[in-house]
Amino acid sequence: MLRRLHLEQPESFAFTPENRAWAEAQITKYPEGRQASAVIPLLWRAQEQEGWLSKPAIEHVADMLGMDYIRALEVASFYFMFQLQPVGSVAHFQVCGTTPCMLCGSEALVEVLQEKVAANPHEVSEDGKFSWEEVECLGACANAPMAQIGKDYYEDLSPERLSEIIDALGAGEVPVPGPQSGRYASEPASGLTSLSAFESGRTQYNASVARAVELGETVKRIDGSEEPLRTPWLDAWARGKGVKTANTSEAPKAPASKPRAEAVAPAETAVAEKAPETLSAPRAGGADDLKKIGGVGPKLEGLLNEMGFWHFDQIAKWTEAEVAWVDARLKFKGRIARDNWIEQARRLADGGETGVSRDKKEE
Amino acid sequence: MLKDEDRIFTNLYGMHERSLAGAKARGHWDGTAGIIARGRDAIVDEMKASGLRGRGGAGFPTGLKWSFMPKESDGRPAYLVVNADESEPGTCKDREIMRHDPHTLIEGCLIASFAMNAHTCYIYIRGEYIREREALQAAIDECYDAGLLGPNAAGSGWDFDLYLHHGAGAYICGEETALLESLEGKKGMPRMKPPFPAGAGLYGCPTTVNNVESIAVVPTILRRGAEWFSGFGRQNNAGTKVFAISGHVNTPCVVEEAMSISFEELIERHCGGIRGGWDNLLAVIPGGASVPCVRGENMRDAIMDFDHLQKELRSGLGTAAVIVMDKSTDPIKAIWRLAKFYKHESCGQCTPCREGTGWMMRVMERLVKGEAEIEEIDMLFDVSKQVEGHTICALGDAAAWPIQGLIRNFREEIEDRIKAQKSGRMGAMAAE
Repeated sequence: MLRRLHLEQPESFAFTPENRAWAEAQITKYPEGRQASAVIPLLWRAQEQEGWLSKPAIEHVADMLGMDYIRALEVASFYFMFQLQPVGSVAHFQVCGTTPCMLCGSEALVEVLQEKVAANPHEVSEDGKFSWEEVECLGACANAPMAQIGKDYYEDLSPERLSEIIDALGAGEVPVPGPQSGRYASEPASGLTSLSAFESGRTQYNASVARAVELGETVKRIDGSEEPLRTPWLDAWARGKGVKTANTSEAPKAPASKPRAEAVAPAETAVAEKAPETLSAPRAGGADDLKKIGGVGPKLEGLLNEMGFWHFDQIAKWTEAEVAWVDARLKFKGRIARDNWIEQARRLADGGETGVSRDKKEE
Repeated sequence: MLKDEDRIFTNLYGMHERSLAGAKARGHWDGTAGIIARGRDAIVDEMKASGLRGRGGAGFPTGLKWSFMPKESDGRPAYLVVNADESEPGTCKDREIMRHDPHTLIEGCLIASFAMNAHTCYIYIRGEYIREREALQAAIDECYDAGLLGPNAAGSGWDFDLYLHHGAGAYICGEETALLESLEGKKGMPRMKPPFPAGAGLYGCPTTVNNVESIAVVPTILRRGAEWFSGFGRQNNAGTKVFAISGHVNTPCVVEEAMSISFEELIERHCGGIRGGWDNLLAVIPGGASVPCVRGENMRDAIMDFDHLQKELRSGLGTAAVIVMDKSTDPIKAIWRLAKFYKHESCGQCTPCREGTGWMMRVMERLVKGEAEIEEIDMLFDVSKQVEGHTICALGDAAAWPIQGLIRNFREEIEDRIKAQKSGRMGAMAAE
C-alpha cells in the first residue's frame, strides 16, 4: 500500500503550549542523544491535535528531536496509524477486519460504513464529518466484532448498533464506548466462570470505559488541556536521594534530573544572562563536530555556529549565566541543561567520548 | 479446574479495585524488597525451576533467557524491554493484564530488571491500545508516588525507572528486534541476529525482551515458589496461562486456566460450548494467526500446551489465542484473510516475504472463488516453503504456516471448489 504525503498541505504546524510541554516531557524518558526515540509519541500527539499528519507537522517534530526530515518522514509513512491525509472532522472509524472479527461479522460493519459514510476507505463523507477504513487486528478479539473510533474501542458491535453510533456522533453526542452488548469487559457474556471467589462489587465501568467517560475526549482534537501533565519519573529523582547508582556510562541521569524537571515546566529562573565569549570563525584547526554532543543535531549546530560557537571547549566553559544567555537565544529552551551539554563538551574537549560520538564511530 | 486462589490475575476483568491499594489488598507488592534481597542468581534459578516458558508465542524458557544477560556490566547499561505490542490476530490477553491488573506487570518489571542488572525498563505497548496505555501509565504514576519505582525502588536498594512507550500500528514491531528499532525511533524492520539483544539490543546495550504475561507472572511465582507454579500443566509445559477464545463459541472470553487443560474442558467450562454443538465444529486455530489450523474432529481431545499442539497436531500454542470456526465458515476465506493480514504487515525488508506474501494472498483470493487450476495448490504450497525460513524474522514463516495448514487439512474443499467453478456445478462439499 502506497503511503504518500497528501497533495495539499497546510502552511505550518505548531503544538499548542500544553502539547509542547507534554512532548518535551516525553523526550526525558530516553537517554541523552537518544531523543529520536520519542518520534512516534510526538508524531502521534501532532496527529491527535490536528486529526491527521501533515508535512509541516512531521518536520516540526523532526526539528524538536534533531532528526533529519527524511528519518521522521519514513517513520510517519511506515506506521499505519498515521493518517497522511485529512480525515472526517468529527470521527474516523476503524473497523477491525482480520479473521477473528470477520468470523463474527465485521463485513456487515464495513457495509454500514460504505452506506452511511463513504463508498471508499479514507474518503471523507459528503458532510465532511466522517471517514473510515478497515484495519488489521486491533487486539480485542474476545469482544469481536469491534471498531476503534477516536481514542476508544466500541466492542461487541452489531450493524444496527454501529449505525446508531454514527447517528449519535453526527448529532454531537459521544456514545459510551466499550462492549455494546451489556458485557463488562472480556468475561463470558453469560456470567463469571472464574474469579467469582473474589467478587467485591464492581465499579460501573471497566478500565478503558471509565477513563473515556471521565475525560470525555473520545473524538476530541487533543490540545493537552484534557489532563494535567505528569512526569513522576522526574519528580521521584528530584525528591529522592538525587544520586543515581546506575551503571549508565551513557546516561548519567542524576545530575540531569533536576534541570530536566525545569525544562518540562520552564520556570522563569532568576539567573541573569551574560553573553559568553564568541568567535567570528572557527580556529585554525577547523571547527569541532558539535553534533557529537548528544542532543545537538545539524539544525542546532548551525544555530550555535551562527552565534559564534565552533569548539567543545567553548561550550565546556559556559557559566550558569552564560547558559541562560544561550538558552534564551536557542529555539529549544532548557535543552542545554536537559541534555547536559557542558559535561559532554568537557568530555569531548578532553578527547573523551559521548554516547553519540561512540555510535558515529561504530557506523 | 484451576481454583480462584491459584489464579495469578485476580482482577483480569477489572471488576475490583484497580488502584495500588486494591492491588496490595490482593497480595501484589507484598515483600518485594525481600524477593530482591534473595539476589540475582537465586531469582534466575527459581525462574528456571518454575519451568515458565515465554508467553509471547515462541515458548522459550524465561529463566534461561534471563541468564544470557551479562553478569557484570562492561560500562554499558542493561535494559529490560517488555513487549506489549499485542498484535497477533486472536490475541487479546495482555490488554486485560495492562488495563485491569497492571500492578502484576509493574512489580514484575522491577524484579526482572533487578535479576538482569537493569536499572531501566521500557514497556512498548501497541499504539491502538490508547486507554490501556493511559490505565497502565496511571498505575506507573501511582507506583512512583508511592516510592515503588524510582530511587531505591520499593525499599529494595535498587534504583529503577520504568517508562511506557508506544508504537503506531505495525504488527512487525512485535518481533523483538523490530521492536527495538521502533523504540529507537526508526522504522520497525527486524535486525539480523546475531548479535542477539542480550549482547547488543536497545541502543547497542544488553537487552532482554519479554512478553507482558511472562513478566507479570514473575512476582507471584517468586512469592509462592517454583514448585507451586510447575505444579500446573504437564512436564515441560508448566504453569497457568491466560487464554483468549474468539470466534464461534457461545461466550468468547479471556480466561486464566491451568496449562495443559483439554480443549473440550476449556470450551465447555468458559465458552458455553461450540456454537451449534461439537458436531458443528469445523476448525480451530489454537495459538493465534501464525499457527496452522487444526480440523475440528482432531481438536476436541487436544491438550492445550506447547508440546502437544506442536508434536501431535502440527500446530502450536503460540499466544494461546484460540480462534474457533464452526461449519458456517468458509475456511479458505478465513485463511485468505490472514494472508491479506500478512501481506499488509510485511515490513518489506526481505524479498521472499515482501513479494511472497502478496503473491500468496492473490492466489488465495482466486482459491476462495475457485478460479484456479488444481496444480496451483501444490504451487502455492511450494512457494510458501520458499518464503518459510528465507527471511530475517519469523513473519515469513508465520505467513506460510496458515496456508500450509489449510492445504494439509482442507485440500479436498479447495479442489472441490475449483472443480465446481470449472463445471459450473456445486461440489460435494459446497452442497452440504
